[in-house]
Amino acid sequence: MDPSALLLSSGMAVAAGVVGCFAVMRRMTLAADAMSHVALPGIGLALVLHLNPVIGGVAMLLVGAVLIWGLEQRTGISTETVVGVVFSFALAVGSMLASGEELIDALLGKPGVVRPTELVFGLLAPLAVVVFLVWARNRLLIALVSPDLARTVNIHVERLNLGFLVAFALTVALGLRYLGVLLMGSLIIIPAATAKHLAGNIRAMFLLAVGVSVGSTLAGTALASILHRPTGPLIIAVAAGCFFVSLAWRRPA
Amino acid sequence: MPDRLVVSSLGVRFGKTQVLRSLSFSVPDGATMAVIGPNGAGKTALFKALIGSLPSTGTVAWAEGTRFGYVPQRLDLERDLPLSGRDFLHAKAALVKASVSEVKRVTRLVNLGHEVARRPIGGLSGGQFQRLLLAFALLGHPNVLLFDEPTTGIDEPGEELLYATVERLQREEKLTVILISHELSLVYRMAGLVLCLGRRGVSCFGPPRQILTPETLERTYGAPMDHYLHDVHGP
Repeated sequence: MDPSALLLSSGMAVAAGVVGCFAVMRRMTLAADAMSHVALPGIGLALVLHLNPVIGGVAMLLVGAVLIWGLEQRTGISTETVVGVVFSFALAVGSMLASGEELIDALLGKPGVVRPTELVFGLLAPLAVVVFLVWARNRLLIALVSPDLARTVNIHVERLNLGFLVAFALTVALGLRYLGVLLMGSLIIIPAATAKHLAGNIRAMFLLAVGVSVGSTLAGTALASILHRPTGPLIIAVAAGCFFVSLAWRRPA
Repeated sequence: MPDRLVVSSLGVRFGKTQVLRSLSFSVPDGATMAVIGPNGAGKTALFKALIGSLPSTGTVAWAEGTRFGYVPQRLDLERDLPLSGRDFLHAKAALVKASVSEVKRVTRLVNLGHEVARRPIGGLSGGQFQRLLLAFALLGHPNVLLFDEPTTGIDEPGEELLYATVERLQREEKLTVILISHELSLVYRMAGLVLCLGRRGVSCFGPPRQILTPETLERTYGAPMDHYLHDVHGP
């Protein structure tokens, strides 16, 4: 495996591990999975317009982040329901725009030749995501325990939520190449869910989640070249394996 | 004494229901005000409007330099949230630039053991979690404490300890305290001012002697209050 691909997939895995911790603690498991689907119409549109599919995916994901945020602002609507409907719709539209081989690649990911623009995005985006989350971690933690408590500490909860959703969208975008639309949500959720079983404090959770995420990404990639199988599904299979093993060591609640 | 809080014609509505209607009162600096009233009268909604987390009409004016400590009623937490009490306190300490010794000071103040603070917050007992919330509220030297039924789910000794702590702090740090409580004996003991909220926007405001009368209480709760009055005039 060439070093730039190794670097890109590790960057993706680190960002997924950290973002996942907050997503799991914020009980966004379902929304996370659904949100990754929103990249599909973007990719389809980019293919129709002969643009780089990643650009289409990123643009659509950012729109999706703002859309969820807007829905969260309105009370009285069940966010999970609306997210489910809107993003299944996105999946449907996306499948109509892309077809055949392209669709499979978009859904499950396909490693290939890395273009320079993609390399730059693939290295800067994880850095930006991790720096933002490290900076905002205290605010995010207080806000997930109670938005009211957060407000009394002068935390601007709405702005913070938007920042988190954008970080989340960027992380999904990072996984489009290796994991595709269907599986990237899983790399965000599974390592963090595994870490949540085992960790007794927040630092341990972050370290475990990043460890499982990077470990499964590297192990899945290595297995793929040995078994001559697609990379993405193997990465998720390894991560899911870690999750099931972690159940045995589950910390007593 | 200058006012810490001045509220005028405050209104809050949930959809078509007007929960609070043209509410006006003021709280002097260092005073204790109790909010009483039946369930659904908008006590918690009032608190949320006071900290700006619910949209409202009218004005809520806090004195300049107000720092809140808020102890909410009950939080819906997952039991296996891997966030320890220490993590939670240090998160606020970092934001309000409080030192490690300040964190130790507040955990001592509320009698929260070292061992307890290391446990994940979802696994704490009701009383332990309430003390953790109080420690969280006290970090960063607040000058206003907001208590939303702070003793729900706490046994009696725990409750006594909590109020003793608050009373001591109030003397030492000149805190303004606003609390929601159903226990009129406690209100009588602690509060210099009482705000009553009844259903359908009925409200009254004044010192306990004036507010905690059979007539006013009956109007507020919509039922005779023999039981509560017993408490009030008890030892």
